[in-house]
Amino acid sequence: MKTKHLHILSETEKLDLVRHFIHEAARRFGFDEESASKIMLAVDEACTNVIKHSYENAPTKGIDIDIVTNEKRFEIVITHEGKPFDPDSIKTPDMKKYLSQFRRGGLGIHLMRSLMDKVEYRTSRDRRSEVHLVKFLPTNSDH
Amino acid sequence: MSNFKINVRESSTVNVLDLKGYLDAHTAPELEKAFQNLLEEKKYKIVVNCRELTYISSAGLGVFMAYIEDVRKNHGDIKLSNMSPKVFNVFDLLGFPLLYDITKDEADAIQKFTSAKK
Repeated sequence: MKTKHLHILSETEKLDLVRHFIHEAARRFGFDEESASKIMLAVDEACTNVIKHSYENAPTKGIDIDIVTNEKRFEIVITHEGKPFDPDSIKTPDMKKYLSQFRRGGLGIHLMRSLMDKVEYRTSRDRRSEVHLVKFLPTNSDH
Repeated sequence: MSNFKINVRESSTVNVLDLKGYLDAHTAPELEKAFQNLLEEKKYKIVVNCRELTYISSAGLGVFMAYIEDVRKNHGDIKLSNMSPKVFNVFDLLGFPLLYDITKDEADAIQKFTSAKK
């Protein structure tokens, strides 16, 4: 098992740094460009939600981003001390209905679920909130 | 330094926004401002040229959703053109092609405005 770590302040300005960190790690792990881009977007969405909703745009809070890899499993854990997120409060929207009513927000959750193999919300032992995003490397038989 | 830029080409008929770089939660307010400026000038026929748009997240997509209603109420539209396959995929994942007119070229989008009096 290997891990990588990045700590950022809760500012949208830092999203660029997060994307570089994730994209490079995903490519090194063996994902192709398309998959690495998808993982990068999912992590951008997760961090954006933490900054905007969990921390309500307070810029001096911390976000920890850890990458934990094991065999074909590539997992990103985003840890923060802001408001926890209740995943059950967001249902996968009917996109046609959603768009036709011109609603804003909530799209990020839907994107994360579409782009990753697994999205989970947990609480750490020290009571911090965690978002877990998992993507598996395709096996040879998937090609 | 921002890694996102907007160039506005205004005319009496169709107004074109050229987007360049990364459109995310940090840079989305710049696009909001550009739409606000056009709407204040009552310019409702808008083409967004995405030829140099490298990246878009849901914060960027949300901006299009925020203004489409106002624009269409005023007999205009926001049409999107010249998307890379990567950027189109994000729009497609969220079902945007159902509601937005996405054309291959800017000229196609402009022609739709000028030929059909929408």
